[in-house]
Amino acid sequence: MAIQVRIPTILRTHTGGNKTVEGNGDTLAALVDDIDAQHPGIKGRLVTDEGKLHRFVNVYVNDEDVRFTGALDTAVKDGDSVTILPAVAGG
Amino acid sequence: MLRIERATYDAIVAHARQDHPDEACGVVAGPEGSDRPERFIPMLNAARSPTFYEFDSADLLKLYRDMDSRDEVPVIVYHSHTATEAYPSRTDISYASEPEAHYVLVSTREHGEQTGLAGDDVEFRSFRIVEGEVSEEDVEVVESYLFGHSPTTVVYD
Repeated sequence: MAIQVRIPTILRTHTGGNKTVEGNGDTLAALVDDIDAQHPGIKGRLVTDEGKLHRFVNVYVNDEDVRFTGALDTAVKDGDSVTILPAVAGG
Repeated sequence: MLRIERATYDAIVAHARQDHPDEACGVVAGPEGSDRPERFIPMLNAARSPTFYEFDSADLLKLYRDMDSRDEVPVIVYHSHTATEAYPSRTDISYASEPEAHYVLVSTREHGEQTGLAGDDVEFRSFRIVEGEVSEEDVEVVESYLFGHSPTTVVYD
């Protein structure tokens, strides 16, 4: 078992075009590190230099936006489904 | 170039008028790889603002789940400007993250409400936004995809 992560179109250049990848970790931060080790460059698109999630990226664990569950500290486990979606927004 | 059915074009314009003076936003989904905007999906502007729009986070997840299950992509991502021209703002460009989508901008600055008078048109323009670069493209309105590209005898302009 692993955690399945849905990759948005704009990040698929890092995953060889794959729409989903798998990774492991106890927290979202650890999962992102694991994914980044397999697909270098992903982390920089999700996490700022200060170690926070980018404002314009939405990350969901199962159905929950992680902004409401502890952001990168959100606990994850085998069998969870993580979805990454760029915000659709503008001025 | 963006090819769009008349009914979809009209639906986007109607949504923009309806939400004026706040910005309206939404998606027209289509089969992956088809470049055909077929399924009109108006979205709630969670910012409810005349100068900003943002899809609600939960709505966004539901939208993409739904499109994934239908093998669809967002062929068009549209929103309105209610006081400025129909051209992507700096904020629009910085957020644009669908390099294969047509970014449709509608401006209701002249005509928030439909009057039926001559010249009562909202601006409707389409752009590609790729890695921060904006390029405008032509918009072709077709009566129906069923009739393909054949000329129509009905002239609306």
